[in-house]
Amino acid sequence: MEKMARVTTALGGNALTGRTMFCHLDAPANAISVCRDAAQVVVAGRNIFKIYSIEEDQFVEKLNLRVGRKPSLNFSCADVVWHQMDENLLATAATNGVVVTWNLGKPSRNKQDQLFTEHKRTVNKVCFHPTEVYMLLSGSQDGYMKCFDLRKKDSVSTFSGQSESVRDVQFSIRDYFTFAATFENGNVQLWDIRRPDRYERMFTAHNGPVFCCDWHPEDRGWLATGGRDKMVKVWDMNTTRAKEIYCVQTIASVARVKWRPECKHHIATCSMMVDHNIYVWDVRRPFIPSAMFEEHKDVTTGIVWRHLHDPYFLLSGSKDSTLYQHIFKDASQPIDRANPEGLCYSLYGDLAFAAKESLISSDSNRKPYIGDRRHPIFFKRKLDPTEQFEYISSSSALSVFETDMESGSMDWFVHTAKQYALAGRPLAELCDHNAKVAKGLDRNQVAQTWTMLRIIYSSLGTVSSANLNHSMGKGSATLPLMNSFNLKDIPSGLGSESRLDRSKGENRTENILMDSSSTLINNEDNEETEGSDVPADYLLGDVEADEDDLYMMDHENPHAEEQEYSLPQEAFPLRHEIVDNPSALDHLQDKADSPHVSGNEAETVSLTPVESFSLISISHSLYENRLPTDFFNPIVRDTLLFYAEQGDVQTAVSVLIVLGDRIRKEIDEQTQEHWYTSYIDLLQRFQLWNISNEVIKLSTCRAINCLNQASTTLHINCSNCKRPMSNRGWICDRCRQCASMCAVCHHVVKGLFVWCQGCSHGGHLQHIMKWLETSSHCPAGCGHLCWRARYRRSSAAPWSGPTPPSPTPSSCSGSPSPGRSSCAGSPTTRHSLFLRGQ
Amino acid sequence: MEEREGEVRWDGLCSRDAATRAAALDTIGQAVLRRSETIAPVAAVPPARAADGLLVPAARDGLSEVLARLLMLSKRCPFPDVREKSEAILSGVQELGIRIPRPLGHGPSRFIPEKETIQVGNEDTMMHTLFADSFAALGRLDNVTLVMVFHPQYLESFLKTQHYLLQMDGPLPLHYRHYIGIMAAARHQCSYLVNLHVNDFLHVGGDPKWLNGLENAPQKLQNLGELNKMLAHRPWLITKEHIEQLLKTEENSWSLAELIHAVVLLTHYHSLASFTFGCGISPEIDCEGGHTFRPPSVSNYCICDITNGYHGVDEIHASPTGSIPSTESVCEVEALMEKMKQLQECRDEEEASQEEMATRFEREKRESMFVCSSEDEESAATRDVSRHFEDTSYGYKDFSRHGMHVPTFRAQDYSWEDHGYSLVNRLYPDVGQLLDEKFHIAYNLTYNTMATHKDVDTSMLRRAIWNYIHCMFGIRYDDYDYGEINQLLDRSFKVYIKTVVCTPEKTTKRMYDSFWRQFEHSEKVHVNLLLVEARMQAELLYALRAITRYMT
Repeated sequence: MEKMARVTTALGGNALTGRTMFCHLDAPANAISVCRDAAQVVVAGRNIFKIYSIEEDQFVEKLNLRVGRKPSLNFSCADVVWHQMDENLLATAATNGVVVTWNLGKPSRNKQDQLFTEHKRTVNKVCFHPTEVYMLLSGSQDGYMKCFDLRKKDSVSTFSGQSESVRDVQFSIRDYFTFAATFENGNVQLWDIRRPDRYERMFTAHNGPVFCCDWHPEDRGWLATGGRDKMVKVWDMNTTRAKEIYCVQTIASVARVKWRPECKHHIATCSMMVDHNIYVWDVRRPFIPSAMFEEHKDVTTGIVWRHLHDPYFLLSGSKDSTLYQHIFKDASQPIDRANPEGLCYSLYGDLAFAAKESLISSDSNRKPYIGDRRHPIFFKRKLDPTEQFEYISSSSALSVFETDMESGSMDWFVHTAKQYALAGRPLAELCDHNAKVAKGLDRNQVAQTWTMLRIIYSSLGTVSSANLNHSMGKGSATLPLMNSFNLKDIPSGLGSESRLDRSKGENRTENILMDSSSTLINNEDNEETEGSDVPADYLLGDVEADEDDLYMMDHENPHAEEQEYSLPQEAFPLRHEIVDNPSALDHLQDKADSPHVSGNEAETVSLTPVESFSLISISHSLYENRLPTDFFNPIVRDTLLFYAEQGDVQTAVSVLIVLGDRIRKEIDEQTQEHWYTSYIDLLQRFQLWNISNEVIKLSTCRAINCLNQASTTLHINCSNCKRPMSNRGWICDRCRQCASMCAVCHHVVKGLFVWCQGCSHGGHLQHIMKWLETSSHCPAGCGHLCWRARYRRSSAAPWSGPTPPSPTPSSCSGSPSPGRSSCAGSPTTRHSLFLRGQ
Repeated sequence: MEEREGEVRWDGLCSRDAATRAAALDTIGQAVLRRSETIAPVAAVPPARAADGLLVPAARDGLSEVLARLLMLSKRCPFPDVREKSEAILSGVQELGIRIPRPLGHGPSRFIPEKETIQVGNEDTMMHTLFADSFAALGRLDNVTLVMVFHPQYLESFLKTQHYLLQMDGPLPLHYRHYIGIMAAARHQCSYLVNLHVNDFLHVGGDPKWLNGLENAPQKLQNLGELNKMLAHRPWLITKEHIEQLLKTEENSWSLAELIHAVVLLTHYHSLASFTFGCGISPEIDCEGGHTFRPPSVSNYCICDITNGYHGVDEIHASPTGSIPSTESVCEVEALMEKMKQLQECRDEEEASQEEMATRFEREKRESMFVCSSEDEESAATRDVSRHFEDTSYGYKDFSRHGMHVPTFRAQDYSWEDHGYSLVNRLYPDVGQLLDEKFHIAYNLTYNTMATHKDVDTSMLRRAIWNYIHCMFGIRYDDYDYGEINQLLDRSFKVYIKTVVCTPEKTTKRMYDSFWRQFEHSEKVHVNLLLVEARMQAELLYALRAITRYMT
């Protein structure tokens, strides 16, 4: 009743009352429309054309407009609209291309008023002018829109879209003369009703047909469009170029959109196929509908708000032959059923956890040990008092559990990743090298492991017999030692655990404090952080510096030794292999020019020691015939499992790659795959794209190997005409110019080409880098703020966020990348500098 | 051991890199010559020689297949280096005293004189790219491609779609895909497609046993047989119960995504069979019936020609444009254009009543049933093909004889653009987009020419053809006046359309020649593209509607 009271005030005395109700129609409905006074609704379809009055608790059939003995196609309606000025006036669009108007004031049974047979194809939409009584607009499959003056027999003007079938036409509510038309090819056009010769504006709104559009009833420049590409987009038309301001991704193609009255950001949608529900979205919150009506059993074909100023009553017609009135309070709210929780590990071992506020507070009270060894920080969404009531339920809390600063450094990981040698040399050398690397970083246990591996798998072949005896002895001595490592809980090499132990005591008291002093900050700009000083500083200050460091490292040492591996491979034509049957990856190994050279190398490497072993084993059979290398395999396996268990997946994967076939059989595929994906994930978060690509290439897992074969297409625009380049190579089809000119030196770029995804201009890597040091604008002079775009991107994606969806295309391997060149092709990274080897 | 050595690897040839191809060719050349040498001296003594003293390689040693393949490469490879080299290898083999095969038939199509098709080696850059793509993907350049290349824009989209369906990500395993292709092509006894896909099927590791008939295939594929049959001949009978049955039989059930994939494949191959027969595609050179080891004098036609009732294709080899320019057919084009003009103009004046429109559709639909070729109806199915499907009697003609009623399907209620696309794309991502593009290109393809006339708006004619095909399947467009069809399509043309779409195996060269005598071959191929796509869309619409109904 309280709600009712509010409704009453909103409508100035004209209160709507009612409940959720429905009635059966005789046939599927195609469209519905309401009368201005919200008391009657018209339902139209192929075999139905009726008017119902909306009573308190039922629909009552008032009038059947399908009269006459013979069924006529003129009654087969694709669309219907009720005039909002004159309650006797209706218009329908027939599937055979006829536009019919109906006058309910006629005394005869047949209310048909006028018939316009000007369209050659099905008419998809009719629309009355919001303020002009006699003006009717129609849009048809034949690509024309026609404007009719109901006082005349023929159309007064015809608008040719010059593109394709018109799916929707809507008069603007603000501008008397403007209307919008949407097309099957994805375009939206704006027309001036006085100028039938040419559209005022046109832009591409969707990929595929745009089925519907709706002008915002209040915010005057807004136009919502819905398309077959399952998107609802809101465009701001006030600027010179239509700007997409909101985008909602639904689960099926969008058949209708209707702004909710009195709610600025709400919009109702229904879909063309598969999905039968009606959703009401808050466009600012595009991932979950704010309300949902689930009554229909088949697709909903028409939705309309019952009254222009009432946001609580929604009418809908459906293919399941029912007409519904939905009441907002009966809507299901998916948000109630959703448990918004998020959990993410940062690179430095920090853990962020977001959940509903209620859950958090009760949890941390009950289980105080959560804060035992870490600092929780609480962020809470500050409730904006100006926001509407729907947001109340959406407050959530974010806790971040940090490890402390000095131990949080992951430098060792980066260094190791960069310096490890994984292939290309004999096993013994690889092991020695890696052992040295580990030792250099004070990771003695790992170094020891590498040494042991060398002894186990290859020392027989390479060292003299004296050495052999010695090392064998050493090896057997280490065996029990290893076991003891396994039993012990604290490994000497892995600092993190012990770190935590150390910090346990001092942190505890602080934690409790932290728990209670959960600070309120606005989530949208995470600037005010209170409560925890040191960790917060670290979070905001140190990270950026580090990022810079990493970034610099990434391209300042352009990987002298790396280039030997990856760049030449890049010069090979990759295409034929990608076109090839993806499941026939096995064949790749056979191809002479396959880019998996290093894979082959790994194989040859793996061959030599085995041979040499067999040679030696004869001469040394006296000593060692009881201990073939296989003997150690279970132990090595346990070692790897141990490292992986400890979180040092790097060591596990590196050993796996170096040993190759010797150990591969011992560990099941799934575990290996899991290790590989984790390691690759880590590498990518540290932006070590080259190394991650090398790991992918060297891996023996099918699933991993395929990673850099997927999404290898790079869609690019011509830098001259800004159109997508469809041709192979760098000559643009349209303007016949070379698209890979360097914007700085104006020469054709051969080799690495870096470009801005915002404006398509680019050039030599060195030139562009140098340019951007001094200027943030595009060197081509197009005025685009390339640097800003890039900068915004990289700072908006801190590594603690979810991993970028990076398919790491092989074409990018070996390119020292500023920004995120590995995210090629992923549509989410529009704005970033982009690199590609040519 | 020798067997191993003699094995020939072809994969290297598909490379775009000339050096790789050269290397691959060298290996092939060596292997072939080595094998030829092993046979040559042994067989030099016995009387197994043919009349001209050359040795016929025995089928079992596989050498003949290799030679046939080389022959194909020497004729059909888009890369000139490969063509020359394979020819050199072949002549090398011949010098060893072994007979080499020679191609049978004349060019890629039996209906179109070879000189009027695009010759490999003479193509322009765009065509060459397409050829190279096709060759790289399939390892061959098939005759379908060579005929379709009249319309490169369409061909590109066609190849992309086919490649995606057969080789890219999808719910069905590769050998299933080819087997479904075989099932579909076999419905129309299209030995060309069956042969092609039998090879591919074996190549991707399919079980040869399955090829002995559908009953030897897994139950899951057998279950698909019914749907295949209905889709090919009476798609309007498909109901949601059929779909339910496929999806609900416990252990051998299909998933929705798999089913969509299968349906797209089935419709693709049904309509491709239409194209194959409609354009009289010759057997591939390296397939059975595409080449012979016999010397040219003995016989002049291949097995397929016999079974399809062509005897001596050469006899009437005159091009339809040149041969009999009877006065009647000269006017044909002008008359047609005149009619189109009239229709365009009268459009607004003439007001056919609604009932009239409805009856026109019904009449056209009914008449389309009786449009039947006077040709001999019994065509002998080649032994190879018939085993892939049971029930040969079940065909489109059955239904027309019994005068069954085709229910009307309203295009406005379930259209490809609005509904079909969404469903396909939801369950088999990207394919909806590819098909959409293909339909679009086929429907809108025009060069604004008709025979010798330029700047003609052919949209009306294309729409008539498209809608006529849909009409045969009972699909009705509310906004179309079916009277136009009668005006624009004459009887011989209707016979051709009807035959190609409904019973493609009965298409003859006479039918092909007798419609639109003034038109170019490329225009007739264009018509075939319309037939192919319209048929595919019609079948898809019925199948997808049933699936949608099942889902709701």
